[in-house]
Amino acid sequence: MAKTIFELSSPGRIAATLPKCDLPKTFKAEVPPQYMKFLRKDTARLPELSELDVMRHYIELSHKNHFIEKGLYPLGSCTMKYNPKLHETLARHTCFANIHPCQPLETVQGALEIMFELQRDLSEIAGMAQVTLQPVAGAHGEFTGLKIIHAYHEHQGNHHKKKIIMPDSAHGTNPASCTLAGFEVIELKSRPDGRVDIDKLREIVNDETAGFMLTNPNTLGLFESQVEEIAAIIHAVDGLMYMDGANLNALLGIVQPGKIGFDVMHYNLHKTFSTPHGGGGPGSGPVGVVEKLIPYLPVPLIAKGEHGYFFDESHKHTSIGKVHTFYGNFAILLRAYVYIKMLGADGLRQVAENAIINANYIKKRLENFYHIEHPEHCMHEFVADGTLQVKQAGVKTADIAKRLLDKGFHAPTIYFPLIVSEAMMIEPTETESLQSLDAFSEAMIEIAKEAQSNPELLKQAPLNTPVRRVDDVKAVKVLDIKYPITS
Amino acid sequence: MASFQMENRTSGYCCRLTIALTEKEKPKKRHDINNLFVMQLYRGVTMPYISTTELERANMLKTIGVKNFEELLTAIPEKLRVQRSLNLEPALSEWEITRRINEKTCLNLCSQNANSFLGAGVYDHFIPAAVEFIISRPEFLTAYTPYQAEVSQGTLQAIYEFQTLICELTGMEIANASMYDGATAAAEAILMAVRRTKLTKAVISGTIHPSFKEVIKVYTEGIGIHLVYVPAQDGITDVNAMKQAVDDETACVLIQTPNFYGNLEEVFEIDAIVHAQESCLLIAAVDPISMAIFNAPAEYHADIVIGEGQALGNSVNFGGPLFGFFASKLDMARAMPGRIVGATTDLEGKRAYCLTLQAREQHIRREKATSNICSNEALCALAATVYLSLMGKDGLREAAMHCVRKAHYLADEISKIPGFSMAYPDTPFFKEFVINTPKPANYIIHHMLGRAIYPGVDMAPYSHPNQLMLAVTEKKSISDLDELVTALKEVTNG
Repeated sequence: MAKTIFELSSPGRIAATLPKCDLPKTFKAEVPPQYMKFLRKDTARLPELSELDVMRHYIELSHKNHFIEKGLYPLGSCTMKYNPKLHETLARHTCFANIHPCQPLETVQGALEIMFELQRDLSEIAGMAQVTLQPVAGAHGEFTGLKIIHAYHEHQGNHHKKKIIMPDSAHGTNPASCTLAGFEVIELKSRPDGRVDIDKLREIVNDETAGFMLTNPNTLGLFESQVEEIAAIIHAVDGLMYMDGANLNALLGIVQPGKIGFDVMHYNLHKTFSTPHGGGGPGSGPVGVVEKLIPYLPVPLIAKGEHGYFFDESHKHTSIGKVHTFYGNFAILLRAYVYIKMLGADGLRQVAENAIINANYIKKRLENFYHIEHPEHCMHEFVADGTLQVKQAGVKTADIAKRLLDKGFHAPTIYFPLIVSEAMMIEPTETESLQSLDAFSEAMIEIAKEAQSNPELLKQAPLNTPVRRVDDVKAVKVLDIKYPITS
Repeated sequence: MASFQMENRTSGYCCRLTIALTEKEKPKKRHDINNLFVMQLYRGVTMPYISTTELERANMLKTIGVKNFEELLTAIPEKLRVQRSLNLEPALSEWEITRRINEKTCLNLCSQNANSFLGAGVYDHFIPAAVEFIISRPEFLTAYTPYQAEVSQGTLQAIYEFQTLICELTGMEIANASMYDGATAAAEAILMAVRRTKLTKAVISGTIHPSFKEVIKVYTEGIGIHLVYVPAQDGITDVNAMKQAVDDETACVLIQTPNFYGNLEEVFEIDAIVHAQESCLLIAAVDPISMAIFNAPAEYHADIVIGEGQALGNSVNFGGPLFGFFASKLDMARAMPGRIVGATTDLEGKRAYCLTLQAREQHIRREKATSNICSNEALCALAATVYLSLMGKDGLREAAMHCVRKAHYLADEISKIPGFSMAYPDTPFFKEFVINTPKPANYIIHHMLGRAIYPGVDMAPYSHPNQLMLAVTEKKSISDLDELVTALKEVTNG
């Protein structure tokens, strides 16, 4: 195992060089007395290293990661597609990386134009009337969207609308965002076919219903065919329809959520629009709304006027306010902008088509080896499960996932959605080649066979990864969350 | 003929060949699988980043057992589908978009080409080249959240080191893997204090960043949290007013030091007020660079420490991505929002890392989670980790000393100009300060555009139109500072 950066430290070593502090000698050097009490008593024991030490250390760490350029990353609902390198080159341009959010508008017109066009393009893609680019993650977008729903009801004088209904297949962020936004969560059990149970929905909807939160395609990779009926039920009590856009990749150029009954939706630019995940972020979670909700969007929006682009705060008296220090994750927005421009309308439609074909292809290849609860054609992802393997060989989904790591693939999203036991949610994305889809399918088939012939092998897996199976129970029991620096 | 040749190839979306097709040869049916390849040529789609060819795709559809792609969409009622092409600009090639972006960059005037004194929460500090190199490595850049620990040890160990560095800077006992930004970190800190103390009143210094106030408002309204703002006196929190505001029903007190105006708060007095109450928690928002020379919040007994981390190795990026850091005392570990990495062992007893205390998080606890945060700003936190490793103990201290000395030199020099003065002359500050100007700040800012100088933030929305707030980092040379002084004289003279 690699040493920590702190163990490599050697007193007096330094990597960075700083400019001279070339102030005139006449400038007083001593600390004024009123500052004395604010001086730190000890010194922060940061590691002391040369640049080569630091480089070797982090390069060594980097070798222990799976990443997209290394191999297929079939995480369901995460849309781990290839991230074009062009995005990185353009986003790192000094005239984007080094513009300050408080610069005069005249000096940032290029950046504002990109944001303005992205607002427009994202609106068109989802059939929404306007988009805020401010939320910086999917869950942040959910929170923003729910606050917009809250503001709408407050504005209508409907203070009693405090309940959000969602199916039990919802992402964990959905209920968590509802709580954060001050709503009560009403969970709706899904039908055996994996869809929203419309009859039950009719029973539980009432005047307190503030809205309905739906992922579409849902987390089983199935399109909610009755979305119009659902919307009618919710709209009948003046509730609003929220779409979790995590799975928007399947709908590009095929369905515009804003045109089929959804009132609010967040986009995950780090999924659908191919900005890198960065080991967990930064992402970007813009929120689109229909016309009647525009007054509640966060301030500012980017607008175009006589003298160029500007920050529009004209709706600030109805707006929910701000959800970020400045205007959101600009550098991520820029990458998504480039992606949309590279693909155009036809290209985006091809993204969706290929994502759907790739998922169905893997599903077909695995159907004789793994139980698949919902055998119908899927959208961009599908859920297989390990129940056969549990029954026949005592091998769990976690074991299958770990064995996949041995074979050079990342594991699917496992044990989610919660409504399928031993779930493996597989999303190959459109960027994978036929060879890699085949290689993944064959690895999965091989594992299914190994489960029969050598179940112990799977329970011991992984064998070839930088570390063997990690004891996460111990990590909770014996909490070790920082290195004990001594010196 | 061109279409025939192309159909026999397994690769390529060579749109240039479309010109070889005559009007007659163009297929009429949009989704006829037998003509898909030709259709693509007709539509002129380049389809970058898609790795299967039309021929392969046709074979895949055959394997799936459908005649054409449309058959896979049977779950989507026809009337719900888009009946037209999306109204987007036609696809551009890599060179075309590069060229366009380069044109747009010319419309921006960045700090590399200007003499900028802008701060207000994000700062233009020096970043060693190696930082960019490491965070650009695809191993870090394109990896997902490290849920599969065995193939994510690089990311996990880097976060563990990040947590250690934040704890070392702040004097706290536990730190998470990052928040969206300083503002959301502040809001989540208040929510954590409310959860922890079961009290609902939060007392907040009026000197915190205005955006923090706005974000806190959105995060706390409608859920029964009562915010009380304490006014400022001489650019820092009015300690007497704070004393009045804090009582035994107060969950927490949030201060920022250096505060929005750049000034150092009377942290020891505030500590005494807060901790005179049994359960009240002190939340400190700090500038991480200042930690190299000014009090670690542990010294004034802060219970939760948060802040904007951008200054640590991250570019300004027009205000995003930023990243928030979040640290606290260990007894609050289970109430914390966000991801936390722990060290443990693997099957063979080797040291290994994994996400820990996950029972707090949304993917396990759903509506009962401590926060809804999922994606955070991991890559920015990695940049901070590499930055702090490169700067080291002495480097960060030196950078902080530069900021203090250069900022104070500039303040002295500006104060000597007739009509200019320090807004808070007796209040200690770090790298940012507010000055009174003889002409409106807006006037000065616009009259310096031609000289490519950004003299600071116009304080009109926050305090007074005749005030500018200036930030000085270690990147400034004496000639940068003197250039501003000269320009201020000239622009306001007459």
